[in-house]
Amino acid sequence: MKQIFEALEKDARLTPQQISTMTGIAVAEVEKAIKKAEKDRTILKYKTAIDWSKLGEEQVWALVEVKVAPQRDVGFDAIAERIYRFPQARSVYLVSGTYDLAILVVGKTMQEVAVFVSEKLAPLDTVQSTVTHFILKRYKDDGEVLGGGEGMKRLAVTP
Amino acid sequence: MSQSNPTQLNTSRGYISQKVSKTPPSGIRKFFDLLSEMEGVISLGVGEPDFVTPWHIREAAIYSLEKGYTMYTSNSGMPELRQALSEHLAVRYGLSYDPATEILITVGVSEGLDLALRAILDPGDEVIMPDPSYVAYPACTTLAGGVPVKVPLFEENNFAITAADIETRITSRTKAILLGYPANPTGAVLHKDELVRIAELAKRRDLLVISDEVYDRLVYGAEHICMASLPGMQKRTILLNGFSKAYAMTGWRVGYAAADPEIIKFMTRIHQYTMLCGPIMGQMAAIEALKCGDEAVQSMLREYDQRRRVMVQGFRNIGLSCFEPKGAFYAFPSIKVTGLSSEDFAEKLLHEEKVAVVPGSAFGECGEGYIRCCYAASMAEIEEALKRMGRFIKKHRKT
Repeated sequence: MKQIFEALEKDARLTPQQISTMTGIAVAEVEKAIKKAEKDRTILKYKTAIDWSKLGEEQVWALVEVKVAPQRDVGFDAIAERIYRFPQARSVYLVSGTYDLAILVVGKTMQEVAVFVSEKLAPLDTVQSTVTHFILKRYKDDGEVLGGGEGMKRLAVTP
Repeated sequence: MSQSNPTQLNTSRGYISQKVSKTPPSGIRKFFDLLSEMEGVISLGVGEPDFVTPWHIREAAIYSLEKGYTMYTSNSGMPELRQALSEHLAVRYGLSYDPATEILITVGVSEGLDLALRAILDPGDEVIMPDPSYVAYPACTTLAGGVPVKVPLFEENNFAITAADIETRITSRTKAILLGYPANPTGAVLHKDELVRIAELAKRRDLLVISDEVYDRLVYGAEHICMASLPGMQKRTILLNGFSKAYAMTGWRVGYAAADPEIIKFMTRIHQYTMLCGPIMGQMAAIEALKCGDEAVQSMLREYDQRRRVMVQGFRNIGLSCFEPKGAFYAFPSIKVTGLSSEDFAEKLLHEEKVAVVPGSAFGECGEGYIRCCYAASMAEIEEALKRMGRFIKKHRKT
């Protein structure tokens, strides 16, 4: 079963028929497994990795370190939830170390990101401090190398 | 009156040795010139992974260069590598080779094969081998002065060689049985029962077995059994293996031979005069591959398995019967429905649909009627190639 999801994670466009051929698992079983996974949110969504810079779209990415005071009963969950509801927060993680939450913020301009951090994030009650790192260049995202990659150097016919 | 021109070679003079000039060029290479001038070709004609060597292996080699490891190694190869190989073979197959006297690092399995044959053959000695099989087997045997004796293999028998068929070809001149399983070009693997029978035969008739197991890690739903691991066989097996296929390290040129000290001693004697030693960067990379490369092998194996299923099913869907390969990374479909010879098929397919495959006849007479297609290609390439071949088959189908 794991193979079904490994194949889908690499290429979300694969049909159950294709996955069945690739894995040797019957089509009906593949379909059933996918349906179930979609229902119980094992499959969260199907998405495409796009290099927006190729389309001339500006994007500003920032990693924001947030120090918070945990609250009684709910710990970090309540503040994390407050933060992840903002659409600007692309990813939200609780981390170990010198700060508590790591937030990936994506906006159209630096201004937009700055406004989000200073007017939405920093003033939250339990937030003690924030440190914003603007991302200067993305080399590899979610396992994909942006730009050219290595290319194929193998000859067309070899022994 | 024609006068000989001293600045030119007089071709009738016979500078080239008869043995060499009689050795035919590899049928695989034949298509290379045609191909280099064409655009948009999908090649299933390769014999190597489409993965680049895993980064941790490349990084280790870069580090070794930075550290100044650019010298010769000992003739036998770096002691660390032989030690690591000895442990690897112990863990994997329960074998016990002394790294000092029973393992030789070679420049790919190709050199190991050449050394093994040259070390054991006197002029006229016979080597029994499968047909079809890898192009170098008969060629290297002939170049070493030996005589290749072929055992025809058939799709109906899963391209597996049998002890019974081998036995009928044994003569007083037979020195060795040369096997390459998992097989190039068919993708066949040998069942344990047959291997045991071949081992018993080798012992009974006092023959050596040269076992090229370079695809040992690439098996799908089948178990690879190392010839040397069978009872009493370590002594009479010349085990050849390398890093090219499993670790995607073809260009590094690192292989090894493991055998009885007496045989390794004489293989090393040829090696020390002709090759000196394998490349040190390759040996450094190989040490890293053995230490930490297993996860990468497994992940490539999973990829190949998916592509294998897609290719085999794809051939069957377009009307080509295809034996299910259980090892290596080749499919070997029959093209008999077209009535074309393997070579005509490959040439027409290249010109009409721009898909490169290798004619089965390049691997021996019994490969006629088949083509070798490598599924170490991206899924998109495999699917496009299948589409083009489907069109081609529709057009050329005779029966």
